[in-house]
Amino acid sequence: MTHRSASWWRDSALRPGLVISLFLALIAATAPLLFPGDPSALGEEGARLAPPSSSHWLGTDLLGRDVLARLAHGSRVSLVIGWLAVTVSVVLGTGVGLLAGLGPRRLDRALMLATDLFLAFPRIFLILLLVSVLRPSVGLIVVVLGFSGWMPVARLVRAEALSLRERDFVAAARGLGLTGLQTARRHVLPNLLPTVVVAATMRVGGVILAESFLSFLGLGVQDPPVSWGVMIQQGRDHLLDGWWLAAFPGLAIALTVVGYNLLGDGLRTRLDPRRGREARHG
Amino acid sequence: MKYWILHRLGSSLILVLTLMSLVFFLVRLAPGDPLDQVASAEMSGADRELVRHRLGLDQPLWRQYGQWLSGVARWDWGKSLRQQREVADILGEAVPATLLLTVVAFVLHLALGLGAGVVMAVSREGFWGRAVKLTGLTLYSLPGFWFGLMLILVVSRWLGWLPAGGMSAPDAAFMSGPARFADLVRHLVLPVCVLALGSFMSTARYVQASLEEALGQDYVLTARARGLPFARVLWGHALRNALLPVATQIGLYLPFLLGGAVVVEVVFGWPGMGRVTVEAIRARDYPVIMATTTLAASLVVLGSLLADVLYQALDPRIDLRGRRRRSP
Repeated sequence: MTHRSASWWRDSALRPGLVISLFLALIAATAPLLFPGDPSALGEEGARLAPPSSSHWLGTDLLGRDVLARLAHGSRVSLVIGWLAVTVSVVLGTGVGLLAGLGPRRLDRALMLATDLFLAFPRIFLILLLVSVLRPSVGLIVVVLGFSGWMPVARLVRAEALSLRERDFVAAARGLGLTGLQTARRHVLPNLLPTVVVAATMRVGGVILAESFLSFLGLGVQDPPVSWGVMIQQGRDHLLDGWWLAAFPGLAIALTVVGYNLLGDGLRTRLDPRRGREARHG
Repeated sequence: MKYWILHRLGSSLILVLTLMSLVFFLVRLAPGDPLDQVASAEMSGADRELVRHRLGLDQPLWRQYGQWLSGVARWDWGKSLRQQREVADILGEAVPATLLLTVVAFVLHLALGLGAGVVMAVSREGFWGRAVKLTGLTLYSLPGFWFGLMLILVVSRWLGWLPAGGMSAPDAAFMSGPARFADLVRHLVLPVCVLALGSFMSTARYVQASLEEALGQDYVLTARARGLPFARVLWGHALRNALLPVATQIGLYLPFLLGGAVVVEVVFGWPGMGRVTVEAIRARDYPVIMATTTLAASLVVLGSLLADVLYQALDPRIDLRGRRRRSP
């Protein structure tokens, strides 16, 4: 235990994961200071489709706008949508999972049936179906992406709740006369926290990928605000005369996804007591 | 066993039916009159009603629902609102294209996943294990549509080695059989690579975990103690047992591959189900959307049914009827 803080830092997945996700959060938070002005405003007349140079590190797009500035502003959209959608998934999934795991048998059956039902949709088809029925907007994207991802969380939480409810301290709480709700809130939920945090972190990358694909299709975020997916879509028509338009936003997405996957992986080996033992000497 | 499969088949059927109902009512919940998709604004009220009647949209909802279900049972998916064709005809072209793409990609996915999994299990902390893991995870994290675009840029546009999209060259109809086949293969390479390279890591991790477990078993220790070389124990004993749980999971990759196919088909202009769906969504062509979504979901249900049956059939220790058989 004494070496705990040091070993956190030595973890081969956690360290790069933390560094990347903190770096991205920093960029997102300071984008308006680093790159003041509207990233969607027209750039200088003479600097259209300019390749990377010392004045525009990552080049400019068709309207003379600085790609780096747009990337930095775009990180805000991606991260905010990513985290909000994951929050929706996690809250929904935890609720369903807790009800199924702690509630009566019949409710458990019904909820798991619903979970299987939504899991049977290939995720992208479910997302596309929902988007087709409703009109695209940032709020809708958050809801749709969040709603299409609660099922695995529900399963995970249910399994964990089922095993927790057989434990002595939960039985003791029930025996002492606490109601089901009180037991769930005070004894089960806090013990679920590590599982939920890991699940949430692991989902962020996937959601950001899905958002960028939707925006790429023109069914997600509409420009403005800047989104990495939209930037790639705009670069698609200029692959040959402006490869930097599509190349850099894609690298930004990949970096974000790698960062969050590593962070989730590292957190899992740290927080999950069952996996923790093998990880500590690994 | 027979009874169990029947039971499982029945519940899958119910699942598919529920899915279809969900799709139907979700689409009908959409704001706006579905008629607006076909009727122009200048049409007179009487004409609009005529079109509405022809499309059966004046019937009560439950009757439309029943008609849709009974139509689907006869492989009659209705008419596309935007293209003046039967949806079944559109599917007839799109489904084989998607199957070709996903099956070829799946074979490559399995080969890569198996190889990478073995390397990662054998040399966990070694150079090759780390190198394979890093490469696989990086490829896994790339946005598929962007990876596809970059391959088009480098391999097709800069190097000019392979075609940038589509399923065949414009003059394919005039080619001889072998030449046409070669042309198809050239069009397949890039989409298949995006699909397989971006996903093989999921199988690789599974193989790795399974193989690591197998390598720790007593029979491996026994074989090693008897003096068998490590390679023989690995290929002959451990891998054989490690692959069993992997084989049973094959059906579960369907949703993954189908989802990936949507991305790849859009980028490479591959005329499959994913591209048809995306185009239908842009055009709000609901009969087509309902058909492709239902089909995709049914395939996934079928996949998980297959996984369960394989699991049961291949591993004698597992008995999904609830009992655990006594080990021999």
